[in-house]
Amino acid sequence: MADEPLVLGIETSCDETGVGIVRGTTLLADAIASSVDTHARFGGVVPEFASRAHLEAMVPTIERALKTAGISAKDLDGIAVTAGPGLAGALLVGVSAAKAYAYALNKPLYGVNHLASHICVDQLEHGPLPEPTMALLVSGGHSSLLLAPDITSDVRPMGATIDDAAGEAFDKIARVLDLGFPGGPVIDRLAKEGDPKAIAFPRGLTGSRDPAYDFSFSGLKTAVARWIEAKRNAGEEVPVRDVAASFQEAVVDVLTRKAVRACKDEGVDHLMIGGGVAANSRLRALAQERCERAGIRLRVPRPGLCTDNGAMVAALGAEMVARNRPASDLELSADSSLPVTEPHVPGEAHAHSHDHDHVHEVSKKNLYS
Amino acid sequence: MLLLAVDTATPAVTVALHDGTAVVAESSQVDARRHGELLLPAVDRVLAEAGLKLDAVTDLVVGVGPGPYTGLRVGLVTAATFGSVLGVPVHGLCTLDGLAYASGIEGPFAVATDARRKEVYWARYEDFRTRAGEPGVDRPADIADELSGLPVVGAGALLYPESFPQARGPEYQSAGALAALAAEKLAEGSAFLPPTPLYLRRPDAQVPKNYKVVTPK
Ligand SMILES: [Zn+2]
Repeated sequence: MADEPLVLGIETSCDETGVGIVRGTTLLADAIASSVDTHARFGGVVPEFASRAHLEAMVPTIERALKTAGISAKDLDGIAVTAGPGLAGALLVGVSAAKAYAYALNKPLYGVNHLASHICVDQLEHGPLPEPTMALLVSGGHSSLLLAPDITSDVRPMGATIDDAAGEAFDKIARVLDLGFPGGPVIDRLAKEGDPKAIAFPRGLTGSRDPAYDFSFSGLKTAVARWIEAKRNAGEEVPVRDVAASFQEAVVDVLTRKAVRACKDEGVDHLMIGGGVAANSRLRALAQERCERAGIRLRVPRPGLCTDNGAMVAALGAEMVARNRPASDLELSADSSLPVTEPHVPGEAHAHSHDHDHVHEVSKKNLYS
Repeated sequence: MLLLAVDTATPAVTVALHDGTAVVAESSQVDARRHGELLLPAVDRVLAEAGLKLDAVTDLVVGVGPGPYTGLRVGLVTAATFGSVLGVPVHGLCTLDGLAYASGIEGPFAVATDARRKEVYWARYEDFRTRAGEPGVDRPADIADELSGLPVVGAGALLYPESFPQARGPEYQSAGALAALAAEKLAEGSAFLPPTPLYLRRPDAQVPKNYKVVTPK
């Protein structure tokens, strides 16, 4: 349909410089430049390296996306950008570029929420989101269970990790096993050849008195590391494949169990899974199995759309345009701790309550103090 | 000719339009924490004051630092994005050269800006148009002897009067001065720097504890 909004989206919240272009729910381009190789030798994302890489990659990635989409920037209906949450310095590069781009083209600017974008991206794969949608977002940066009655205006947190993100646990266990960074893909691969029942690792926060939808992976991480250490101290060989499989099983067991329970409790018949860990083959398989048993339809985008990318930002931006949500203004801040309850950041003229102390977080050195 | 100059390498968020002869409009705000919020509205204001639209700009000029990184990148990515959309060249200039030019000093002197962490970014000049050597980053006490007897321009000098007794203004960068310098260079046909940051320091290559945590707790 020619009258669907044509939107360019910019994502720079972590280590991927992503620029996507969509028309409504159709993906036209998804250009990515990643600095993951730089971070690999440090075993995690170094914020200053990420910011430097975003600056270098920003304009070439925009130009590449436009070329792939075969459209003229003049025809865009809006520019969307991740306003937060994320690494402050990294977000700032994308937000500054998006503002300059929107201003130079005289197009509306939409500062959107990274987490809501992870949910909305599934529209590019499976069509319009059912309302409401339950979403499980799992990556190196987030582990959240969200209920989204309207992805442009109403996203409710059901639960989240109280310590490490799920992907972080994968990275840390990979480090203990000397498997390199990032840990997700290599653990997934090794786990296929291991026995998930070989070692009974703990399932965090699954007691009857524990919060029903929150997650904890810190205890699991410690238990796995101790188990490996004990083997090494005893001079025994570590069964890497079994450890990988048993650890992975503990993570995906808890994630899927809680997600399905949230769907049942809320009477939601759709579960969406997004974020980098959604690429994990065992998570996809177990979620499919449990959703089928519970009569829930599972929607998981292809792995390339699960990890951070510009297409997801464009997808949410297009939805903002389609639903006539107010645009952001040129004072838009990069907000490293943008709450998930704010799917987008409307301009001053439209903001109901504007908390200035909260908004000016860009100069924070990073998120970790 | 219409130059749009921006510099966000120092606490000043500064924007100017220059027509090749003189500064047409300028905006400078000093707020080290809000470069991202202030720059685009300032561009809009300056263009409105001149009664012009962005597409009238023929050349972009950007201060490439040295400067604390987070703010510095705002000006650079903004200039690069404008350059891409407008299809006009983006010329890089050392931020310290703008302060030197603004000082108008005819003899030898130095420029110093605040590099935080008790250090300054600095460079020596033969005169206000001519830098002598590459900019550096050092503790004021470590370069006090080398610069003794010389006027030292900029906030980095004024911040450490015990090391720089001849500290003087201008304190803050002005995009008007940067644009005027660029206009001279364009007229002479002399070279610019690439529009990429002068970081000087190596990044802290440390993965923060609880890295990559982007979910609000
Ligand atoms: Zn993400």
